Amino acid sequence: MSVLRPLDKLPSLNTATILLVGTEDALLQQLADSMLKEDCASELKVHLAKSLPLPSSVNRPRIDLIVFVVNLHSKYSLQNTEESLHHVDASFFLGKVCFLATGAGRESHCSIHRHTVVKLAHTYQSPLLYCDLEVEGFRATMAQRLVRMLQICAGHVPGVSALNLLSLLRSSEGPSLEDL
Amino acid sequence: MDETVAEFIKRTILKIPMNELTTILKAWDFLSENQLQTVNFRQRKESVVQHLIHLCEEKRASLNDAALLDIIYTQFHQHQKVWDVFQMTKGPGEDVDLFDMKQFKNSFKKILQRALKNVTVSFRETEENAVWIRIAWGTQYTKPNQYKPTYVVYYSQTPYAFKSSSTLRRNTPLLGQALTVASKHHQIVKMDLRSRYLDSLKAIVFKQYNQTFETHNSTTPLQERSLGLDINMDSRIIHENIVEKERVQRITQETFGDYPQPQLEFAQYKLETKFKSDLNGSILAEREEPLRCLIKFSSPHLLEALKSLAPAALFSRIQKLLCYSASHSQGTQDLSSYVPLYTRC
Repeated sequence: MSVLRPLDKLPSLNTATILLVGTEDALLQQLADSMLKEDCASELKVHLAKSLPLPSSVNRPRIDLIVFVVNLHSKYSLQNTEESLHHVDASFFLGKVCFLATGAGRESHCSIHRHTVVKLAHTYQSPLLYCDLEVEGFRATMAQRLVRMLQICAGHVPGVSALNLLSLLRSSEGPSLEDL
Repeated sequence: MDETVAEFIKRTILKIPMNELTTILKAWDFLSENQLQTVNFRQRKESVVQHLIHLCEEKRASLNDAALLDIIYTQFHQHQKVWDVFQMTKGPGEDVDLFDMKQFKNSFKKILQRALKNVTVSFRETEENAVWIRIAWGTQYTKPNQYKPTYVVYYSQTPYAFKSSSTLRRNTPLLGQALTVASKHHQIVKMDLRSRYLDSLKAIVFKQYNQTFETHNSTTPLQERSLGLDINMDSRIIHENIVEKERVQRITQETFGDYPQPQLEFAQYKLETKFKSDLNGSILAEREEPLRCLIKFSSPHLLEALKSLAPAALFSRIQKLLCYSASHSQGTQDLSSYVPLYTRC
């Protein structure tokens, strides 16, 4: 099965699993460490992958949230993300996928225009977050946000579902996106 | 003692930093222990130097002694010079002669002195069968310029010699000839390696860098030993591509070895190739002349930077390319078999 489906496995008790997909291994590792430092009622599991499809040999739990980390400094990173997106089932995009763009702070090093990523996120109807993962403070804040999102996507927050969260995040985006 | 010699010694000693002064003077072994003890090294540098010059005058230092001091200073400060590498070859069918240091020195000196009447040649032998040669160049009519010498380090058991690059380049052919004839070789060729670090050049040229010896109890599992990740990795973090990572790590280790790499600062590659195309009318394939390009890599420590490329998941064929070339110790090669060069940024 080379396509990731959201509901093909049974959830484990009180466990929330996030999959970080990105080419920058060091950044993913640091983000994972920051996330695990957060206080969380659920048990967290972080999976790091360079690209999809995932190797089938690994026995993994149900994935609750996929975060695609795009490094704005590297065209290869964007290309890798676009290719990986083909291996995600459409039903994942109902709130369980999120894009994270890093490196926007250093404008001179950016080889991908911001609009490219915005358009990508718009095409896949998923939220786009910006964070400079190299900066400790920003990373910690983003880790907090991701942990909260993960808890909602795993269904551990009563009354809020992933789809609710998605529509909440989308309504805060301006109408300028329609011009793209 | 000649005034020029005194001036030369004075300038050399002034170059030496205070904390190395006693070590270098001891290595020079010209002034006796008693004499050195009379010097108060805690004074200001000018006074110390004055005192030392006075002692040298008493002992009647010659130009040779001064040259020896200069060699020792250079040996301590090797990285201040840029070193080129030369390789000598014997002619076909020549026997391997036993190396006689005395005969080499005499022959070398004689050849230079026959060509240019005014040269100062000094020798200092060190361990590992190496001899440091210092040559101060003059012409038929002018005295040798002691302040712009050329240094050559010749490893007598190998066909390699390292030469410091100097501004007086017209003497290089003569130097090459003298070295070749004195060491009983046939031909000398300049290699495409240049560096400030003699140790790195030695490591590359004598192939000392990639020796991975199988240790007796290498029973630590591959994952722990070679992943190079934090030892206290959280067990809640799972790497999906762990097989791929291990493979990359293994390839890196096989190519580079476990030991610190020789310090390369830049590598330059010339590529000359023709293109072949299946489609008719490809612009590149129709060219008459081959395509030429020059690629230059530079870094404070090039090989270590390349070694860390793979674990940083920026694996590229260039890495393997450079290792292949480095092991053949030639920077310029016909790379047409590696077209297209595959970069990821």
